[in-house]
Parts: sequence; structure tokens; C-alpha cells
Amino acid sequence: MTAVPIGKRKADKPAISDKTKAERKLAYMLVAPAVIAMLLVTVYPILYAVALSVQKVDLRFPDESGFVGLDNYAAVLTSDLWWQGVLNTTLIAVISVSIELVLGMGLALIMHKALFGRGIVRTATLIPYGIVTVVAAFAWFFAFDPSSGFVNNLPFVPEDKAWFGEHNSALSVIIMAEVWKTTPFMALLLLAGLATIDEGLYEAARVDGATAWQRFWRITLPLLKPALLVALLFRMLDAFRVFDSIFVMTRGSQDTESVSILGYNQLISRLNLGLGSAVSVLIFVLVLGIAFFFVRVLGTSSPAGQGEK
Amino acid sequence: MWRRVTAALGLVIATFGVAACGGSDSDKGAVTLNWFIFNEPSGAPQKIAEACSKQSGGAYKINFEYLPSQADQQREQLVRRLGAEDSSLDLLGLDVVWTGEFANAGWLKPVPQKTEGVVTENVFDSVLQTARFEDKLYTVPIWSNTQLLWYRKDRSPQPPKTFDEMIDAAEKLGPQKGRFQIQANRYEGLVVLVNQLIESAGTSILSGPTTMKLDREPTERALAILGRLSRSSASPSNVSTSTEDTARLGFEGGDSTFMINYPFVYPSAKENAPDVFKQIAAAKFPQVDPSKPSKPPIGGINIGVSAFSKHPDQAFAATECLIKPSNQLEVAKLGGLPPVRSDVYDKPEIDKIYPGFADVIRESIQDAAPRPSESPAYQDLSLAIQRAIHPTTEIDPKNPGPAYDRLRDYVEKAIKREGLL
Repeated sequence: MTAVPIGKRKADKPAISDKTKAERKLAYMLVAPAVIAMLLVTVYPILYAVALSVQKVDLRFPDESGFVGLDNYAAVLTSDLWWQGVLNTTLIAVISVSIELVLGMGLALIMHKALFGRGIVRTATLIPYGIVTVVAAFAWFFAFDPSSGFVNNLPFVPEDKAWFGEHNSALSVIIMAEVWKTTPFMALLLLAGLATIDEGLYEAARVDGATAWQRFWRITLPLLKPALLVALLFRMLDAFRVFDSIFVMTRGSQDTESVSILGYNQLISRLNLGLGSAVSVLIFVLVLGIAFFFVRVLGTSSPAGQGEK
Repeated sequence: MWRRVTAALGLVIATFGVAACGGSDSDKGAVTLNWFIFNEPSGAPQKIAEACSKQSGGAYKINFEYLPSQADQQREQLVRRLGAEDSSLDLLGLDVVWTGEFANAGWLKPVPQKTEGVVTENVFDSVLQTARFEDKLYTVPIWSNTQLLWYRKDRSPQPPKTFDEMIDAAEKLGPQKGRFQIQANRYEGLVVLVNQLIESAGTSILSGPTTMKLDREPTERALAILGRLSRSSASPSNVSTSTEDTARLGFEGGDSTFMINYPFVYPSAKENAPDVFKQIAAAKFPQVDPSKPSKPPIGGINIGVSAFSKHPDQAFAATECLIKPSNQLEVAKLGGLPPVRSDVYDKPEIDKIYPGFADVIRESIQDAAPRPSESPAYQDLSLAIQRAIHPTTEIDPKNPGPAYDRLRDYVEKAIKREGLL
């Protein structure tokens, strides 16, 4: 994102003084270590995964490796399991992010408007986000487990309901755990957005007789859009890689497998590095697609929104 | 501030220095052998390892590196290290189904001829089968395990001989008293159940490392039993998520009369459910076909020596010591883990460890049929079987044909290692 303004500035000012040149050189040198570290820890593994994905590599059969072209991708893309995984992941991501957005917005407004005990309200809201995902997943698992959990003792819940014994209920618990865990993150990002809105606008609107609903719909939401999109993008990317909750609660049974669980099964359980890398690369492509959609299709209006301000 | 940082750095360097010295010191005297195994709660492995280290006269010292308690997580950690050719592993505590996979990957040192004679003496054939790959001994069994039919004497004076008899008796007793407990969650325990039903019906999943058997008639019979076990009015309500532990809890709860499970349930019932414990008795794994003997499952741990170990000679010497009959008896005493040598069962102490069911355990291990772990792709097979069979409630006992076709398809694909699993 920062590349765009720099490029623009360059076009505006063709003449560069010696001082700017020297400064720019210094800047490059200063960022070089970070860039090199990034290249080592991200680009290398990504390229390595791509290289593995076009080979037959299985740690259990060391003598059978070789180049197979796109065979691994064909095997993944023609498998029902992959598409079931994509469907599950999309369901979990879209439903949980939608619920989080609504709840997160509510929480953000409460935190923003809280007159007293602001610190306590904010801390309390953030607690679920501070808990390690695996631990949170276990807490939800034990709560819904018929032999150890309290949920089946609640009114209107059948006592012997096996929550993880059936697709819909298992998926619902996974989504609930995800929502509980990451709503605070959403709220935090939205709160940051709310803080940038000028109070004067609300006062002016109030003077003009706008109702609370109108103020929210006409002032808060449009001005919050950049922050909202960033929050949605982050959460979508995150939710699409959902792994921990599913791994702890169902291990992917009852057709609750996400694409990450599929990748894990091929890579870690089967040690089929070729096939597993193909799954990983495809997940990467999907995530890239989501990011592209948000930045290019939805994000195009956000600089304009900022410009108006 | 800077002084403090320097001090900390100095400390770090000093620690590394000491560690390095420690390493070179132990090279001169006793070699340290790292044994990667799960932390068996009774502490029996630690005890026998300490005794062996002492008896070695300074040749080696066994150091424990603990793996998680769940088998698949143990495997993940071992595989990750062995895949990276980590030389810090010497002795490996391996589940009986990993031998083929680890041996084919080149991670295990074959057991040398002179050790082989000592460590296979009087060991049950069924157990040795799990230690071999392509007719070569790669691991050394240290303890075994098997499942028994646990039942309540007050509700069923005689144990049922077959699964059909068991289900009939359970349904007659009604869901308040007559439930039976099995393992049918989508995990390795389900593979155990399916394999034993198929073996007891008179066929096998594989006939060789890369060839499928699964004869139609007996396999369908086994699947029909599995369908009945899952759909009966006496099945546990959580049958699709049932494990060894939910089965134990269900049985201790008091509404069950039968349970297929490992011997750990016996001391557990003694501790948690004294009323149930008074009535508990054990019999052999039920038959599928009244004309064929049942084939109980086999579990337990085999010791492997890592191919990347720097001290293979000491490691094999340590293995020979660890599996000595007296040590097997010690492990049985402390942890209740069944010995792998038939002659250990002749010792009088065994009857105290397994009061009234020592002979059943011995007979079960003797007649046991291992899972199809002769295939190096066992993990694929296991995942495929789980996918094909789970949830078991979908198997129609009157028409097991579709379930059979599904199982065949999955096993065929797993043998070829094709596609996602």
C-alpha cells in the first residue's frame, strides 16, 4: 500500500536533489535487514512448497521421489474432500465473520461511549482474545461434551445431545468458539476507527435534528468504512485458515474438515509432502484471492473516503 | 542496564560451555542414550531403565525424553525428528503399528543377529509379527496389550460367546442396565474394532503389504455386526464419538453390562466405581462367526533403535536388558502392561496382577490378529478405513453391501496412495 504514494511522489517531482538521494540510499540500507529476513522466512518456504508440490515426495517411501508436474494439483482438485473442505471453510469463515462484525461493532460502540470504567470494560472485552486458541477450543469442547459439559444440563437442551456426533451441531459449536474468541479483535479494530471520527460531525448532525439511527447510518458507518474493511480482511484471512478449534473438537470428523486440516492430514499424518504442499499452495492462492478481492474490489473506495475527510 | 545485559550474555555463554563439557565428559564414560517414549503414568519404564543403566557397568545411561500421551501425537513428534535425521534419538518407544512405516523410511536400524535370538525367545508370534517388516526384525517388543470383553456377573452370569449373543442379551436387559460400550469415534480405535471384526469373520484387510484381501462374504458379515453394534437400542448414545475413555466412563456409570476395552479399566473401576467393580469379570473378545475363533486386537510398545543414533551398539545392549523377563514382570506389576513373553505368564505374580483374567489375557494375545501394519502406508490405510466406515450408524445391518463397496474403494485407493485422505 505504501508503494503507491511513493511512486506518485516520484512522478510529481522529477528532479531529485543529492540530499534526497543520500536519504533514500540510507533508507534502503535501513530496511534491507528486514527485507532479507522476510525473504528468508517467507519467500523461501513459499517457493520450497511450490517446488515440493510438483514432485512426488513421501517421507515413508524415500526411493520413489521424482517430478510429476501438476499431478498433485489434479489429485487435490478432483477430490470431493477438497471441495467439501473449501465449502466448510467458507461457511465457517463467512458465518463467523458476519456474526463477529455485528457483535464487534456493538462492543466497539460500548467501549467508545463508556463513560466510566472504560479500562475495565476494554480489558474484560479483550480477555477471550488473550486466551490461546487451543485452550479456548478445549474449554468449548469440554463445555459441550455430554459427559463433562454443563451445556446439556441447561434448560431446553436435550440431556444426551452429542454435539460433536453430527455435522450441523459440530460446525455450530466450532463457529461459536471462533466468534467468542475473535470478536474482541474485531471490536478493537473498529474502536480504533471510531476514535478517528470527529465529534463535531455528530454535534452538527444533532443540531440539524438527526436521530441516533441516522447518525450511525450516515456518519459512523461511512467514516468507519476503511477501518471496517481492514478488520473484515484480517478476520477473513484468519478465519480461512481455521485449524485449532476443529483439530481439538472434532479432528475433522462429521465432515467438519477445513482446508487446513486437510493439508495437515496429508503433510503431517501421511508424510506425503508433495500432495500436502499442493494443498498448501492452493490454500495460499485462495487466501491471495480473498486479499485481492478486498483490496482491489472493495478497497478501491477507501482512499476516496479518506480523501473526503 | 548494559552491565546487566553483559552479565546475562556471560551466563548464557557459560551455560553453553558447561553443556559442551558435559557432552564430552559423558563420551569418555557412560554413553547417554535418549529414549523417546510417552510418559507411562506408573513410572515403570523409568524404573527398569535405571536398573539397566546401573547393571551396564558404566557402558550407558538411559535418559528419558517424553512424548505426548496420544499415539498419533507421539508419532508426529518422532516423525518430524527422524525426517530431519536428528541424531539425538537413540531408543524409540514405538506403537506396534509403526514398524512398517518407520522401517521402510529407513529410520530404524535392523536388529542385529546376535540380539535377535535373545529378544525373540518365547515371544508370542502375534507380537513378533508387529515387530517385523519384510521378514526382518526391526523392533523389539517390550510390552503388549489386548482388549477383553468386560461384563457384569450380576446381569450376565455367563459371558456371551458372540457379538450377536451380546447384543441380544443387552437389548433384553434394556437401556437402563443393558448397554454395551465400544470404540467407534473416527480415530485409530475404530480401525482396531473394524480390523478385529473382519479378522474374526475369517478374512483380512490385506494379504500382503500392497495387496488387498477383504473377501466379500465375511467382510459383509463383519460390517453387519458393526452396524448392529451402532444402531441397537443398547448402543451408547455417543457411539459416533466413543473412545476407550468414554467407554470406561459409561461402564463405570452403571447402565452398561458389556464393554470391549483394554485391561486399564480394571484398576480404574476399582478406584472410581466400587459397586461396579464388585461385579466386573472378563472374557475373550466375542466371535463374529460362531464357527470361527475370535481374533482379539493387539497393542503395546516395541523398542526401535534410530538409524541416526550415534550409539547403536549400546542402544541394542540396553534394549536386551530392558526386555528381560524380570523387567517385563516389573512393568506388568507397576503399570499393568501385559508381558510379551509367554513364559512370564507362568510366574505366580501374574495372577495377582490380573486376578482371575491372566489366562484370558495370555490366550487373547496369543490368538490376536495385528492391524494391517505390514503396509508402510498404514497411516493412509487407517485414515481411509476411518473415512469409509465412520459414522458406523450409517451401516445397515440388513444390507451391508454399500458399506462394503465403500470400504473396498477406500482401501484400494490407500494402498495405491492416491488422492487426498
